[in-house]
Amino acid sequence: MALLAISLNGPAKYFTFGPFTVSVPNLIMIGLIFVLFTLALVIPFPKHKGK
Amino acid sequence: MATMWTTRVRRATIEKFEPQDVLPDDQPSYVASWIYVFGVLTLAALAIIIGSGLWLTTEGAIWWHSSSVGHFINSMHLWSVELFFVFMVVHLWGKFWMAAWRGRRFQTWVTGAFAFLASLGTAFTGYLIQWDFDSQWIATQAKDGLNSVGIGSFFNTLNTGQAILLHVALLPLVVGIIVIWHVILVRRNGVVPPLDAKEIAGGAK
Amino acid sequence: MSKERNVDLAKWSGPKRPYDLVKEFVIALVVVTVLIAGLAAVFSSPDEPAVTLKVWAQKAPTDFVATATGELAGTTISAAYGAPYNNASEGLKLGPLKLQKWAGVTIPVNPAVDFVVNPLTFSRDTTIPAALAQWNSASADQQTKWATDYASALEKAGDPAKVVTSDAYGPVPIMTNGVLNLAQEGVLDGLLTTTVTPYPSDFTKPMLFLADGGYFDELGATLHLHGDQMGMMNETGSYPGQSWLWLFSAMYQVEPLKSSANADTQIFALLLLLNLGFIFMPKIPFINRLPRLIPFHRLIWRRYYRENNL
Repeated sequence: MALLAISLNGPAKYFTFGPFTVSVPNLIMIGLIFVLFTLALVIPFPKHKGK
Repeated sequence: MATMWTTRVRRATIEKFEPQDVLPDDQPSYVASWIYVFGVLTLAALAIIIGSGLWLTTEGAIWWHSSSVGHFINSMHLWSVELFFVFMVVHLWGKFWMAAWRGRRFQTWVTGAFAFLASLGTAFTGYLIQWDFDSQWIATQAKDGLNSVGIGSFFNTLNTGQAILLHVALLPLVVGIIVIWHVILVRRNGVVPPLDAKEIAGGAK
Repeated sequence: MSKERNVDLAKWSGPKRPYDLVKEFVIALVVVTVLIAGLAAVFSSPDEPAVTLKVWAQKAPTDFVATATGELAGTTISAAYGAPYNNASEGLKLGPLKLQKWAGVTIPVNPAVDFVVNPLTFSRDTTIPAALAQWNSASADQQTKWATDYASALEKAGDPAKVVTSDAYGPVPIMTNGVLNLAQEGVLDGLLTTTVTPYPSDFTKPMLFLADGGYFDELGATLHLHGDQMGMMNETGSYPGQSWLWLFSAMYQVEPLKSSANADTQIFALLLLLNLGFIFMPKIPFINRLPRLIPFHRLIWRRYYRENNL
């Protein structure tokens, strides 16, 4: 397990948009929301047998 | 006319549900989208938050700083919170675009909104009790905002003893009650039908 | 009969199919547990060590002495704060509403006394009792003058050791040096958390003192946690933080809030309004029509619409 460990203890990178600064890890979480929402809408749901 | 309190409570609560509605084994065929799983994913993440939190509780506030198992459980607690908010927001977006408040489901929306807000408060107290620099920083910064509107006179971010009791006892109870109420409403009102469903004359709103 | 009484409310009379809710929950639980355990195993969680008055006093003694002097002079953030700690200021306002002041002093802290004078009574330094006697017998104005003059001298000299001894500073140099020693020995941390009971659980006093100094503030800046760095959203290191505080954090970056003296109260009020909007969103005109105007629902329910030619 320790071999897999990726240290996140170093300083993060930041993106600046005008007066706003967002860290890359936060952008990833926010991006995940958009990606999951889009995929949820687009990926077909398996068909079930009717009653 | 029954005036017994017991009868009134039973009629207002249990008698409003049929067992088949509480744990149905079927669902309307229009429930056919992956967006629908984000409610249960949020609940599952909440279950892990509570489970990992309970484990931390049994070992005490500073355990995770000196135990590798403790640190792992703390990590589970952190990541479950991150995923909890991700799943909850996707669930919220889905419900908004479905106009899921239709058909007397406004209360479901309101309890959902309060679940979100109560979760924010609970998460905040969690950050205050890490017993590390992050807690110190968040406590000293957040106090100014809270003090400015008078809340700081009752909720002292620098009083870690208060913060931990709020986080472990009071706020999970509040979130739990709201979430249970929310799920009960979903079970009682059923999943909202599609906009313009032909079985409905009313449609949106 | 209102529209809402129709089938949105009534039992669904259309087609159903079997669905295993309990199985769905168990699958979700297993998937989420594996996902979270994986993230925890790979990325772990941050644990930036807490800072103590001892660390501060050892690593930045000049800053410590300057802050202790400021507490005596009444010029630090805590000393000039107002409610809930003291009456030194009226605090912030929301228009005419003095919410901060009205909530009252419920967490009494007198920085000069609590952070400097009282702890010094525990000092084993033999020069302290006389210094304290001189301080306590002086008028409030005299005390402020001593401390203010010493603060200026410190700023000019840059180092307490370089300040030329002078009666103008009264007992302040001895007192601030005394409390520096208490801090460096690790005694002050305990003294400030055990005034009520020896079981510490309330860190108000040492944290207010620590946050009055430049050392603690610098640590926050280095870790990108400052307000003007949108630090409210950030976690230490490269961990994801509180991205859900995006709106709260963003408001502090835009005018007129950015340079407003009462930004805290104004932003709280704005957020309260926005949250009320969130809670009552289904009742807000135009907003509640958005699902119609931007039809994501046609994707969500595409199978139903296709099967029913809608």
